[in-house]
Amino acid sequence: MALHCRNFSRTQFLREAAAEAGRGLPNVEPGMPMPAGTGLDRRSFVLRSAGLALSVYGGQKLGFDALSAGVAQAQSGGGQRVLVSVFLEGGADSISILAPTGDPRYRRLRPTLALPGSKGSPFREDRRLRWHPVAAKLAALHAEGKLTVMPSIGYEGPDQSHFTSRHFYEVGARQANLPTGWLGRYLDLVGTPDNPLQGLALNRQLAPSLAAGRNPVSAANSVTDYTYTAPFVFDDVERRLHQYLPKVGEAHLGSSDPALREAGSIASDAGALRGQLGRYAARGVRSPVIYPGSKSGAGSVGGGVGAGGDMFPERLAGLAALLDAGVPIRVAALTGPGDHDTHAQQAKSFGSDVKLTADSLFAFQRDLEARGLADRVIVHVWSEFGRRAQENGSKGTDHGAGGIGFLMGTQVRGKMIGEFPGLAKLDPQGNLRSTSDFRALYSSILEQWFETDAGAVIPDASRFGRYALIK
Amino acid sequence: MAVPTYSGSFGPAEAERLLWRAGFGPKQGEIEALAAKGLAGAVSSLTNPPREKLTGPQPRPDGRSLNPAVTSGHNALWWLDRMVRTNQPLVERMTLVWHDWFATRGVGPGKRRMPLEQNYMLRRHALGNFRALALEVTRDPAMLLFLSGVHNRMGKPNENYGRELMELFTLGAGNGYSERDVREQARALTGYTFTRVTSRGHEGFRYDKRRHDPGRKRILGKTGRFDARDAVDLAVRHPAHGPFFVTKLWSAFIPTPPEPGTLGELVSLYRSRRYAVKPVVEAILKHPDLYQGPRMVKPPAVYAAGLIRALGDGITQRSWSGADYGGDSGQRLFDPPNVSGWDESSWLDTGTFQGRWKVARLIASEYSLSPGENRDYPANEDGDTAVNRALAFWGSPTLTRETRRTLIEFADACARDANVEYLRTAYRVSRQNALRMLIATAPESHTS
Repeated sequence: MALHCRNFSRTQFLREAAAEAGRGLPNVEPGMPMPAGTGLDRRSFVLRSAGLALSVYGGQKLGFDALSAGVAQAQSGGGQRVLVSVFLEGGADSISILAPTGDPRYRRLRPTLALPGSKGSPFREDRRLRWHPVAAKLAALHAEGKLTVMPSIGYEGPDQSHFTSRHFYEVGARQANLPTGWLGRYLDLVGTPDNPLQGLALNRQLAPSLAAGRNPVSAANSVTDYTYTAPFVFDDVERRLHQYLPKVGEAHLGSSDPALREAGSIASDAGALRGQLGRYAARGVRSPVIYPGSKSGAGSVGGGVGAGGDMFPERLAGLAALLDAGVPIRVAALTGPGDHDTHAQQAKSFGSDVKLTADSLFAFQRDLEARGLADRVIVHVWSEFGRRAQENGSKGTDHGAGGIGFLMGTQVRGKMIGEFPGLAKLDPQGNLRSTSDFRALYSSILEQWFETDAGAVIPDASRFGRYALIK
Repeated sequence: MAVPTYSGSFGPAEAERLLWRAGFGPKQGEIEALAAKGLAGAVSSLTNPPREKLTGPQPRPDGRSLNPAVTSGHNALWWLDRMVRTNQPLVERMTLVWHDWFATRGVGPGKRRMPLEQNYMLRRHALGNFRALALEVTRDPAMLLFLSGVHNRMGKPNENYGRELMELFTLGAGNGYSERDVREQARALTGYTFTRVTSRGHEGFRYDKRRHDPGRKRILGKTGRFDARDAVDLAVRHPAHGPFFVTKLWSAFIPTPPEPGTLGELVSLYRSRRYAVKPVVEAILKHPDLYQGPRMVKPPAVYAAGLIRALGDGITQRSWSGADYGGDSGQRLFDPPNVSGWDESSWLDTGTFQGRWKVARLIASEYSLSPGENRDYPANEDGDTAVNRALAFWGSPTLTRETRRTLIEFADACARDANVEYLRTAYRVSRQNALRMLIATAPESHTS
């Protein structure tokens, strides 16, 4: 049974604005007048409401021809360093991925969910912890020095709303009304106005962390299905259709109406994206390694082949192929399998979700290595928070604070960041205290991996420490 | 001071926008009929609809009637069909608003039946009373399963529903409540359970006093032996609820925020009418911002239903299983991404744009013209005529000059490509199919 409450919606801007207005105020008693604006911030509303999302996603003003040229030029620029962001949705239970079997309080706090003592392999950086057997592939990468573990990452004053906490991670700040994602702001800084593929979400929808203020970014549900076809549209007419689909959009880039401009720019971007992905619809993706759910040993994926219908492995395989083909991607964002909001019967879904995540990431790493791309790609795995140390009465766990984080790649140092804080000193809510900070992590990635000024992307970047991440 | 009312002319353009914002777009003749009623009459006709009647052919996928409580995909098709055939578009649209507001995903056995029953409940309350609706949702079986309400019992509180009741349904994140309120609220909500699980799913949902925590709780500044009804009342009576409710409801109809004065008046109206929804919706639908403000992106379900309504034909595609409808466009009915509903800021990106293409293709494909069967198609059809013909296919929606000019360019280019005699007809037939798709996916088709 699943028990979910995650993600974002139109109501997000309401919550953000409300969170901002409400924060720092005394508890509002019934009958007490609300502060002016009562959770309504005009800017937040405008930026998050449907018609004006253009300021985030549709800012570009270039037509199809310019975009095609831009993509081609970016492609000729050679291999950029790439960051892949993988989001574990719902608040993954860090205490189950790396189980503190050596902590005397563990079995008392987790009477039904605790990992049996002998299961899983020990975590060599902290003998109190054991890898859950479903995360064996992560343990293997860790043993190879290709996985950096953050056992309890978070921020001060942890928010236990999925949506608010996730928003903080996405915008790279503890700010409710920041309208752009941290990766989007990085692309605004180093990207170009004519390459929508520089930030690519391989998901049903665009990842908010990619939301840029100026430069275009894009989303595709699948690498192997990005086509625009129709029955009895063929030959020259189909070629013209592909030429004019973005042109119809382009015709509205100068419109006085923001929604028409937004829809127009999306159509224009879609044309550029089709130009890059269209070829994989016909021939699929051939991978040098086998991903979970691949039907044949040949490692061919595409056409919806995936484990249990989850597209995560297929999307990773597609991403590796795109990078190998020189598609000019700087940042990619994906959502991992499953739902980690395990308020009840956690054991039913946790194992298969984490296993598919770990096995897919392992395959992706091997894929990059086989293709000779491994030295220019790192993967960041994150979740909006961890879960409460004490399980609830439903064989599940409620929302917590300090959560799990990983960095994967041949170039990461593989040394733990922060430490496991132990179960003796929980915060006043009964949650793990965080021992590393996501803003410090982002600043370190920007500086050490992207060799960029973190201060230009992360608000108050100088306030946070830095971690040594890269070899 | 009253809520401002639009006082400009109410002609076809305004009627067309209202039909999209408060429903699923016009069927043949509806724009003119609504415009003739004037603003007040038009809004009243939507908020006080005639007795429900579904007109037109029912979907019969694979030649059989829909079985929405059981068959995969049929629930989405069942609801889409109602959106297409209803004579109560605003009731149906408000049901969609509540589905998004109290977003529920079916879980476990019976995962299609219970959300379907919830859907009937949401429709009964479509223009009713929010307080009553919130209480119904609190004890709705699909929600009790989805947000762990059946696990929440005395001594073993589960915070899942209590948190979202305040954060997402009534107050807004962090808006006047604390983590302590979340935990105390969970205690008040204890007591719901079910009797057994069969192949039909969980059955015998009930309130069991023995599972309820009868102790004193301190919630939102009040102390008492609160239960679920109190939990809802405390949230709805909280001063943060009115502005939260009005702003969220407003954002379903108008893409720019209400001015503070308008917001205040709407909140007063809502409170003075004791949480009645209809007066607030009426005031929003008459507000100048709806008619004078910018266009708004249509939700994907509205987009899909609107295309079918424009064809004037119902869902006749025998090949539709329903399972393939809508997912890639970002809004599969009965399948919100999570409890916070759909992310409207992402209705349009390059991924969902392709999803909308697929929806339009699915709808249009039934009527695709094959060159083989259309050898008598006019071989000299000019671009202007071709565009008009494709527009007529979709019930002649209003097109901008920019789109029209580009479509004629496209049509002319295709004609130039047909530089061999035997291609002249075939390309014009093919061009007609392509024009239908270009119209259905033009910026004005995604917005209203």
